[in-house]
Amino acid sequence: MHTYDSILQIVIELVKPLAPEGRGVREDTDLVSDLEFDSLKVMTLIEQVEDRFDVSVPLNILPDIRTVRDFTVQLQRIIGEK
Amino acid sequence: MAIFDKFQQLAAVRRALAESGIQSINVVMDRVVSATEAIVNGRPLILAGTNNYLGLTFDPDCIEAACHAARTQGTGTTGSRAANGSYAVHVELERELADFFGRRGVIVFSTGYVANLGMLSTLAGPGDVFVIDGDCHASIYDGCRLSGADIIRFRHNDAADLDKRLRRLGGRIENTLIVVEGIYSMLGDRAPLADIAAVKRRYPGAFLVVDEAHSLGVLGEKGRGMAEEAGVEAEVDFVIGTFSKSLGAIGGYCASDHPELDLIRYANRPYVFTASSSPSIIASTRAALRVLRSQPHLRHRLWENSHRLYARLSGMGLHLSPEPSPIIAVRFDQREKAFAGWTGLIERGVYVNLVLPPASPDGSSLLRCSVSAGHTPEQIDTIGNAFADLQTAGGLD
Repeated sequence: MHTYDSILQIVIELVKPLAPEGRGVREDTDLVSDLEFDSLKVMTLIEQVEDRFDVSVPLNILPDIRTVRDFTVQLQRIIGEK
Repeated sequence: MAIFDKFQQLAAVRRALAESGIQSINVVMDRVVSATEAIVNGRPLILAGTNNYLGLTFDPDCIEAACHAARTQGTGTTGSRAANGSYAVHVELERELADFFGRRGVIVFSTGYVANLGMLSTLAGPGDVFVIDGDCHASIYDGCRLSGADIIRFRHNDAADLDKRLRRLGGRIENTLIVVEGIYSMLGDRAPLADIAAVKRRYPGAFLVVDEAHSLGVLGEKGRGMAEEAGVEAEVDFVIGTFSKSLGAIGGYCASDHPELDLIRYANRPYVFTASSSPSIIASTRAALRVLRSQPHLRHRLWENSHRLYARLSGMGLHLSPEPSPIIAVRFDQREKAFAGWTGLIERGVYVNLVLPPASPDGSSLLRCSVSAGHTPEQIDTIGNAFADLQTAGGLD
């Protein structure tokens, strides 16, 4: 059973290798303005998260995601619907 | 953020291009001389970056048909298919396409983009699911988004990944549409459609949509596309495509055996609220379809040209797209190298497409060549020579 905190830790772990060197990744980190994520990195992150949790993440959630927290909240919902 | 702030990143890219002397975006063709030649900035160029796969844009029968239609039916319909814009010729083209595809019905649209936008946004709605190949064209993404349905990507050309995603959907399968393309526009690679159709068969109730924009007239014994080539036409619920590539005009279509297709026509907002194609466009498209059906040697010549250029570029050790195809992409890790390559080819009399991320599928930059049946073997060799000369000059390192 995944909790918000356990999902958050995994998301941070997956975001870090995609972030520019030396940038910290926290719950309130903004994926675009802080980490300069482009669409390719967003898709890479989604694929990795999908594999890790065995879920499919609809692209429709993307407009609601700015921060690591936003992504974690949406993931928790999707995992809960499995 | 103010309204125009979001364009600043784009402005920076354009400034960088301009400072490098690159004018690859919005190139103006001063004069198009033939299906494979144009004059740009006073310089004669071989066109190796169009989608003119069968070279029909200057076909005499197509031109005469268009001229005759303009003289006899006027320059435009000035209305939607749902109002005053359905002429007999639109309906006749739909019948001819239905016959060509062996399908119950066809809807003709004003562009290929509108065909995808209209069909996908109308077929599905909130609560439904699209499972689409990650490398699908922007018109597919836009159509899916407009529908309000959930959009799930599967890894490009990975039937096993598609299977996994369909399995996760459980009871939602009967509300699911799988969307793939026959040949993908950036790298020219084909969908493993037999494998995808086999996956679809394991999930009764799922629908399969195939965009044959780049494969119409290119693949299959009759030129019907990837579904014909793979022998899985019966598994494909909706075939979507365009007239702006192998048929040398502009427009789009959807072919299907589902009787509901005609109902979809009336619920299809992009179709209902777009002016219909002008009679001249319809006339040249019908003439081009007759050529496509009656002259299979054009398709054979296209493939001969594709293999010839792919072998030449491959022999030079360039990093190419995965398989010989009418679309052959030379890949670069750094966009500056692609800029330099594009300029070098123009200087050597060859026009190709420069493709930059995020339009390219994996973050690489591309010099995308499109081959035509209209190219002579000598022109193909000239294109190859331009790459070779550029490589010798260090312009492809």
